[in-house]
Amino acid sequence: MYLVKKDVTAKKAVVLDDMILTKDMPTTAGSKMLEGYMSLFDATVVEKLGVAGFEVAGKANVGEFAIDVMGETSHFGATKDEKGNLSLASAEIVKGGDVKAAIQLDVNGSPRRAAAVNGLVFVKPTYGTVSRFGIVPVACSGECVGVMAKTAEDCEAVLDAISGYDAKDGTSLPEDMIEEAEAIKKVAVVTAFDGSIDADVKADIEAFVKELEAKGVEVVKVDGTGLLAAKTAWNILMSAELCNNVSKYDGVKYGYRSANYTTIDELYTNSRTESFGDLLKTAILFGSETLSDENYMKMYDKSMRVRRVTVDYFDSLFEDVDAVLMPATSKKAYTEDDVKGMAYEENIYTAPASITGLPAVVAKGVQLVGSVFSEKALLELVK
Amino acid sequence: MKYETVIGLEVHVELATESKIFCSCSAKFGGEQNDHVCPACCGMPGMLPIVNKKVVDLGMTAGMMLNCDINRTTTFDKKSYYYPDLPNAYQTTQWFAPVAVNGTVEIETSKGKKSVRIKQIHMEEDAGKLVHDDWTDTTLVDFNRTSVPLIEIVSQPDLSSAEEVIAYLERLRSLLRFAKVSDCRMEQGSMRCDVNLSVRPEGSDKLGVRTEMKNMNSLTAITRAIEYEVARHIDAIENGTEELVQETRRWDDVKGKSYAMRNKETAGDYRYFPDPNVMPVVIDDEWFDSIKASLPEFPEIKRARYIDELGLGEYDANLLVESRAFCDCFEGAYAVCKNAKEAANYLISDIMNLLNKKQMTVDMLTLDGKSLGELINLVTEGKVSRPNAKKILAVMFDEGVNPAEYAEKEGFIVSNDTGKIEEVIAAAIASDPKAVADFKGGKEKALMALFGKCMKELKGNCDPQTLREMLIDAVNKQ
Repeated sequence: MYLVKKDVTAKKAVVLDDMILTKDMPTTAGSKMLEGYMSLFDATVVEKLGVAGFEVAGKANVGEFAIDVMGETSHFGATKDEKGNLSLASAEIVKGGDVKAAIQLDVNGSPRRAAAVNGLVFVKPTYGTVSRFGIVPVACSGECVGVMAKTAEDCEAVLDAISGYDAKDGTSLPEDMIEEAEAIKKVAVVTAFDGSIDADVKADIEAFVKELEAKGVEVVKVDGTGLLAAKTAWNILMSAELCNNVSKYDGVKYGYRSANYTTIDELYTNSRTESFGDLLKTAILFGSETLSDENYMKMYDKSMRVRRVTVDYFDSLFEDVDAVLMPATSKKAYTEDDVKGMAYEENIYTAPASITGLPAVVAKGVQLVGSVFSEKALLELVK
Repeated sequence: MKYETVIGLEVHVELATESKIFCSCSAKFGGEQNDHVCPACCGMPGMLPIVNKKVVDLGMTAGMMLNCDINRTTTFDKKSYYYPDLPNAYQTTQWFAPVAVNGTVEIETSKGKKSVRIKQIHMEEDAGKLVHDDWTDTTLVDFNRTSVPLIEIVSQPDLSSAEEVIAYLERLRSLLRFAKVSDCRMEQGSMRCDVNLSVRPEGSDKLGVRTEMKNMNSLTAITRAIEYEVARHIDAIENGTEELVQETRRWDDVKGKSYAMRNKETAGDYRYFPDPNVMPVVIDDEWFDSIKASLPEFPEIKRARYIDELGLGEYDANLLVESRAFCDCFEGAYAVCKNAKEAANYLISDIMNLLNKKQMTVDMLTLDGKSLGELINLVTEGKVSRPNAKKILAVMFDEGVNPAEYAEKEGFIVSNDTGKIEEVIAAAIASDPKAVADFKGGKEKALMALFGKCMKELKGNCDPQTLREMLIDAVNKQ
C-alpha cells in the first residue's frame, strides 16, 4: 500500500497518492518508467499541507498514471482489501486509521470509485481551486487534486488546507473569482444510468434519497441522457493529453532507460516499450490517433464541443436543482477479472464531472455533482 | 524558356527578453552549458507554464511594425515530436490563433518597390542544442536555449529572387531592431530563416514543386543557396536530371550544394492541440494601446525628418538611422543642445571610433543622449575646449559621468582669468626669443610653437581664438 512510509502522529497525518511530487520521497506515478524518480521540488499542495500543520505519512501506490479503474495497473502491484477485492492504496490506508485523509489525483475517477466501494468520502473540488503545480500531469484540462477521508468533516478540513490561488499554476483561480454556492435545497436523481448499475448500487441511491428527504431536501427525477456523451469525449481528451504528457518520458533525461539500443530511435522505443504497461500503451496509441491530421476535427475537436455541450446541459439542470445525484460505479466491489477492459467504460459515471471541471462528492456509495464552487455545500449534504 | 522563382520565407527571431517564455530562467545567449535551466525548461514533470508577458508585448510590437492585424485573443498550442533537444517532446507554439496575421513589409530592390505580404507571426519556444563530443563519440544536450522565446514570421510566397529575399530580411532586421524586438544577429542564431522555393515557367499560374531549406543563418549563404536551388530546379525541369520532390533540404555552404535530408527528419504529423495549461491571452484596449504608443518612428520617416527638419545631410542621416541606439542618442542630444550637426558629428566620428576601439556594435551603445547634448552645450558656450571635450566624451562613454561635473572636477573648464593667460604668454615668450624674432621677421608658423606651449601650460582650458589674439598682441609688443 505505502510505497514510502514515515513515522508520524495520526492526528494530523495525511498520505499522498504517488502522483504528487515530493522532494524527500520518490514519485513514481505507479510506473516502472519513474521508479525511484526524485523531484527537485514539492507540489504546492504539499507546501500548503505543511503550512497548515499536516504531516505527510508517506506515498500511496496508484495505477499507472492514474487512468485505470482502481489501481490495478500499478507496476508495484494492485492493492486489495481484506476480502480480496480491488481497492486503492490510499483508501486502505485511510480505512486503517493511520491518517486523517489521503490527497489524490482524480484523472479518470479512480478515487471516486474507491471511495464508493469502501464507504469513504471523496471530494473532487471545482477545477482551478486546488493548484496542480507539482502533480505528475496526465490530462491537464480536467484532472483535479481531491481529498479522501472517513468523514465529510475531515475532507473539508484538509480541502481547506490545500485550496487557494497559486501563481505557479496558470489555471489557478484568483480568490476574488470564487463565490461559494448556497446550501443545497433541491437535488435531481439521474435515471439514465439505471440500466447499467447493479441492484446494490441502486439500493444505495434509494437509501440516500430517503436520507435527503428526511433532511428536508427536495428530490426530483431527471433522465440525464445529456451526460452520456461525456465518457467518450473524456476518453478522447484524456488520452490525447496523456499521450502528449507522457512523451517526455523518453529515456533521455531521467527515468527508465533500456539497455538495448544503438540509435536514438531505439533508445526511445525500447525504453518506453519495456517500462510502460498495457493500458498506458493503449491510451498513448489511442490519444495519438485522436490528434492526427486525419482525426483531429472529428475526434479531438468534437470532444471539446461535447465538453461545452455537457457544461451547458449541467447549467440547464442547475436552473431547476442545486445538485445532481448519480452513481459513481456500476458495482459495489471489483475483482481483478472484473476490471479487464473496463477503464474506458466504467468512467461513464465519473466523466461528466471530469470533463466539465464541476465539483463532485462521493459518499455512502453515491455521487453528487454540483455547480461551480458547491463542494462545501455538497459535503454538507453527506455529513 | 524563361522561368520565374517563387519564394516564401519563415523567419525565426529570438526575442530580446531577460527571461524565458514560460519560466524565470535567463534567456541570455551563451553561459556555461546547462546554466540557464530549471525543472520546467528541462522537461521534468509537475511544472506548469506561466506566460512571460514581455513575450506577448514583443509579439504584438513585431505585428504592429509589420502592419499586421493583432488577434485580441491569442492562444498557445502544443506541437509534438521526439528529439533529444526538445525535453518535453512537445514545443509550445501558436497554431490556431497566432498573435498577428495579415501584414505587409515594403522592400526596395534594383527592380523597384514591392510589398511582401505577411501571413502570420506566432510566438513559440526554442529548442535546446545537441553537442557532439567526437573524442568520446557521445552526444550531450545543452538546455540553455530551451524555451528561449521566439517569433516566427511567415511570409506569403511573394518573393522572386535572392536580391528580394535579402532586401526583405534586411528590412525585417531594421524594423525589429528599431522596435527593440530582437537584436537579429544571424551569426548568433537570433535570426534564422527557412527558405521555401519553387520554379515555374514565366506567366504560368501553377506552382512548381516546392523545396525547403531550413535554418539558414547568413545572407551570403542564403543568396548562394537560392541561386543553387533555382539552377537545380531549372536543370531538373529542362533536362530531367532528377525528379523534383517536395522535401526539406540542407544547405552545405562549404561545398556550395544542397542535400535532401532524411525523410524521417522531415515528414511529420505534429498532432497540434491547444495547451490546456495556458489560458487564452486576452489583449484588452489598454494593453493594445500601450504597445501602439510605444512603437518607434519607422527608420525612413526619421531619416526624412532629420534631413528636412533638422538640416542633416543625406550621408549623416543614413548613418544615424542604421541603429535605434544612435537615433535615441542623437535625438536626446538634440533635445538639449538644438544643434543637430554637432550631435550627428559626435556620433558619426567620435562615438563610432570609441565603439570600434572597444569592438562594440552600434546597438551596444548606452551613452545617454541628454549628456551628449550637455557636453555640446559646454563646447558651444566656450566653457570646454574641443580637444578636452573628446577626453570627457571618452569617460562619459565608459562610465556615464555627467559632463559638467566631470569637467569641473578634472579642471577642464576654460579659464576666463586673463591675468593667468598673460602670465603664461609672458613665460612662453621669455623662454623662446627665437620664435618671437622669427614671427616678427614674417614667419607666421613660428607663432604655432608659442601657441602650443601656452595651450599645454593652460591644459587646453582656453578659448583658442582668445589665446591667439592675446599672443599676437604680446609678441608684437616685444
